[in-house]
Amino acid sequence: MASTQILPDIQARGYARPEVLVTTDWLVDHLGDPDLRIIESNEDLLLYPSGHIPGAVQVDWTADLNDPVRRDYLDRAGFERLMSRIGVTRETTVVFYGDKNNWWATYAFWVFQLFGHTQARVLDGGRLKWEQEKRPMTRDVPAFAATQYTAPERDDQTLRAFRDQVLAHMRAGGKLVDVRSPQEFSGERTHMAEYPQEGVLRGGHIPGAKSVPWARAANPENGTFKDAAALRAIYEGEIGLSTGDDVVAYCRIGERSSHTWFVLTYLLGYPKVRNYDGSWTEWGNSVGLPIERG
Amino acid sequence: MSAASLPPRLADVVADFEFVDRGLRAEMLIEYADRFVEVAESVASRPYPEANRTPRCESEAFVFVTDRPDGTLQLHFAVENPQGLSAKAWAVILDETLSGEALDRVAAADPQALYAIFGRDLSMGKGQGLMGMLDMVQHAARQRLAARAGGAERS
Repeated sequence: MASTQILPDIQARGYARPEVLVTTDWLVDHLGDPDLRIIESNEDLLLYPSGHIPGAVQVDWTADLNDPVRRDYLDRAGFERLMSRIGVTRETTVVFYGDKNNWWATYAFWVFQLFGHTQARVLDGGRLKWEQEKRPMTRDVPAFAATQYTAPERDDQTLRAFRDQVLAHMRAGGKLVDVRSPQEFSGERTHMAEYPQEGVLRGGHIPGAKSVPWARAANPENGTFKDAAALRAIYEGEIGLSTGDDVVAYCRIGERSSHTWFVLTYLLGYPKVRNYDGSWTEWGNSVGLPIERG
Repeated sequence: MSAASLPPRLADVVADFEFVDRGLRAEMLIEYADRFVEVAESVASRPYPEANRTPRCESEAFVFVTDRPDGTLQLHFAVENPQGLSAKAWAVILDETLSGEALDRVAAADPQALYAIFGRDLSMGKGQGLMGMLDMVQHAARQRLAARAGGAERS
């Protein structure tokens, strides 16, 4: 398989890096390709066992990508073990897909990029489009021979932003995109009514942040990404981003913002976008950090 | 969480999930989801009222309650996200364990039952969305209990 193959349907949408997306038509023709590993990542953990794309493995956010104790992602050794378990080498092209407009798929994609696995693609439309088109599904869980995978140390500098970096970024007037719901952005809502476990003590947003709920980048009818012109109208026309900007995206815990990170980085070609995975559950609980409401 | 803090049928479901591994837990929950039946049009029809939408539930779950002749609640649900299997499974569990249950037992049910059934792997967003469904059911039970208490005081 040509790892940088660009599909005409995707290229027509004007993305900066169209090779990052594959279509359902393309994937159905490449099922069983030994150089390809299909990875399903969902928010809803019942979906994969209820049926998945033949040959797909599941990578689960909680069990596979997070440190079991600290609030952090898996380390280099953990990533190597994961890659070995799912039969991936450094040369394997991984194709992510999942539920919720590929929200969790792009989150897994982002974590893979922390370890430099650049042979990575996303199935446009994800699970929703695959199901809508009645493509083949199975409940058989594949097994692959373990691989020897050597990963670099996790790169926390290029694609990831930490609290103090975000504070400095904010003070310098850097661009911030808050991808949560408008109610969360305004501070109107931090948690559900009558439910005491708020998760966050203060509502609002990081001063200077602009609100673009993450799902606006997707077509709700089939989960595909909007074309580049539509995305520019949102991120450049509405909130004034431009290609050269240093951008930090955040949400509650960094998963929704990985979707926006993906859109800005790959579809619009912004060279410097970081995901603040501490996000609002860190910022809104931190003592003394500035917050804006409304 | 003790079994005494749960209505009996919900306690039974929690017990069923007590010693299952991850795979079996998923299989059991999928079986619940397979039994999901959407709210009847005689109760509610699209577009469903916003007042019935579960806050922060990404699966777009809607909760409806009707009153049974014996004064208990009949629960009904809609899940607009076709991939919202967890929401469907939870809706079936709530219906099968809390419909027809005494209102005070519904209102006092320990919400931690959710995690006992689904496991601790629930994402924060998913957990809050599912918890919101129970929250709305308990809110309806409390409203009725309060109304009855008010009625009793006036009489």
